Amino acid sequence: MRSNRLYFLSNSHCYPLTSTETVFDNGNKGFDGKLTMAHLERRSHLKRSSLSDNPDRLPGDEITPERLYVSRRKFIVGMGAVAATAFLAACAGKTPDITTTSPDIPTTSPDIPTTSPDITTASPEFCDGTITTGTADELGDKLTACDDVTSYNNFYEFSYGKENIADLSRNFKTSPWMVTVGGLVSNPGSFSVEELIERYQPEERIYRMRCVEGWSMVIPWNGFSLSRLLGDVQPKPEAKFVRFESFYDPEQMPGDKSLPFPYFEGLRLDEAMHDLAILSTGIYGKPLPPQDGAPIRLVVPWKYGFKSAKSILNIDLTAEMPPTFWPTLIPEEYGFYANVNPDVDHPRWSQSSERRIGELQRRSTPMFNGYDQVAALYEGMDLTKFY
Amino acid sequence: MSNRQIIIIRIVIHIAALLPLVVLIWDFTQGNLTANPIREVQLRTGASALNLLMLSLACTPINILTGFKPVLVLRRPLGIYAFIYALLHFINYIGIDYNFNFAFLREDLFEKRYAIVGFASFLLLLPLAITSFKRLRERLGKNWMRLHWLVYLAATLAVVHNIWQTKADFRLPYIYGGVLVILLVIRLRVVRNFAKRHFRWLNRIPP
Repeated sequence: MRSNRLYFLSNSHCYPLTSTETVFDNGNKGFDGKLTMAHLERRSHLKRSSLSDNPDRLPGDEITPERLYVSRRKFIVGMGAVAATAFLAACAGKTPDITTTSPDIPTTSPDIPTTSPDITTASPEFCDGTITTGTADELGDKLTACDDVTSYNNFYEFSYGKENIADLSRNFKTSPWMVTVGGLVSNPGSFSVEELIERYQPEERIYRMRCVEGWSMVIPWNGFSLSRLLGDVQPKPEAKFVRFESFYDPEQMPGDKSLPFPYFEGLRLDEAMHDLAILSTGIYGKPLPPQDGAPIRLVVPWKYGFKSAKSILNIDLTAEMPPTFWPTLIPEEYGFYANVNPDVDHPRWSQSSERRIGELQRRSTPMFNGYDQVAALYEGMDLTKFY
Repeated sequence: MSNRQIIIIRIVIHIAALLPLVVLIWDFTQGNLTANPIREVQLRTGASALNLLMLSLACTPINILTGFKPVLVLRRPLGIYAFIYALLHFINYIGIDYNFNFAFLREDLFEKRYAIVGFASFLLLLPLAITSFKRLRERLGKNWMRLHWLVYLAATLAVVHNIWQTKADFRLPYIYGGVLVILLVIRLRVVRNFAKRHFRWLNRIPP
């Protein structure tokens, strides 16, 4: 079904999905659960899990202003940027053998209303009545305006443009939506977004999002640590990497069809297990709007935005480093790690500074986007080589 | 083609060339320049500069192919407008985007190829714009023509600049490249002579 796609870059390498199991793969046929927006809204995106749950919590997720390291280190203005993100991905890898039905993990069954629009609508009113508990990140950087976060997006499945994504994705169908977790795990399963929200109780995480293009935002995500989901599916000892695959439906997504969608991304398992890496289901206390990656996306704040894949369908644990979208398309410009690093320029432009959306002055870009706590993951690695 | 028609064409050209600036200012006052207005200004001024430069370079080929001579008077205003947009593009880049912060600027302007060729293209256009005043032009005589051949280099660098700053969608940048090649090829003597024999249909229309 997605085989004969044209690639404008010669060395991209794609395999058609062999998925027989992808019931939800191309438009959600075959799934009869129905959810309403009201249903989604009812679920609190703001509940914070208590810190004592998880002794390993790092400061990055404690975002209340009181906890800010107020004095910002000069070099630290982190920036995170979001947007770049979104490309979804695709090719690459064989589909793992996953049992998709009946997850072995106990879940509370979501109460599923039956009628409804099945559509996440990004209306202009999205930004009315937003709910955030914090107003700044841990460095004291103020939240980027909701209007900017929802109107300036990279989501190539819809368009190369940035300002037209919100409009083009207005009717993107995000419900029902099942996320399948499989590959080298003892306990694979498929979960509806509602189940995930129910089980993991998203909390607010205010992160800088730094786009590889040189701009950044500060975004209040509602999400939960990816490590919690991965812990529940029990990675096998040989699992070393995590592969993410986004949704793609050319019918709904009018962007350039020559790109090898669906978007595909990946993390090393230890990166994915880091508490800062989250799956997000909302921003500003509301369910994610389509242009920001509805209904569920990855957010890895110390890496360039394109690592934070949007609208995720499949998560697979693998033994080998999975191919990822941008390095597959343009290997000399993008690497697997894509850590924010002011000292490693994109071959064609500098990464030492950035523009925070909403600000006039440029800022210095800090190492790891200001998330120094991840440095231990890369100890002994030459980050100019593993960019 | 009467004088009056030429005047009308000139007026149209001036309006068309100023329109992107007017729209830009309007969108600025209306807050329509996206969440990243500095970048939007950069993209729009760059695109206008490139478009006008291409149009200015299209005048001669139009004359060659059609024999329609009055089009040649449009080269100067189009070229000057192209320079004005390039100037805005440059000022927005160093002054507003980078706020004259040379610590940041240095990394792009002198080390990154897209910035280097863009800067070079701008520097090449500068003397052309200055010497487009009539008096200077007369004083330079034959050298004026030689000097203004630099526009071919400037345009080439501008097209390359556009390609190199592109992240993903290369279609339009390559189209600019293709158009430039066509506009330059038509100037070749062989093509000129061929066109003179076969194409100049306008010349054959009785006045």
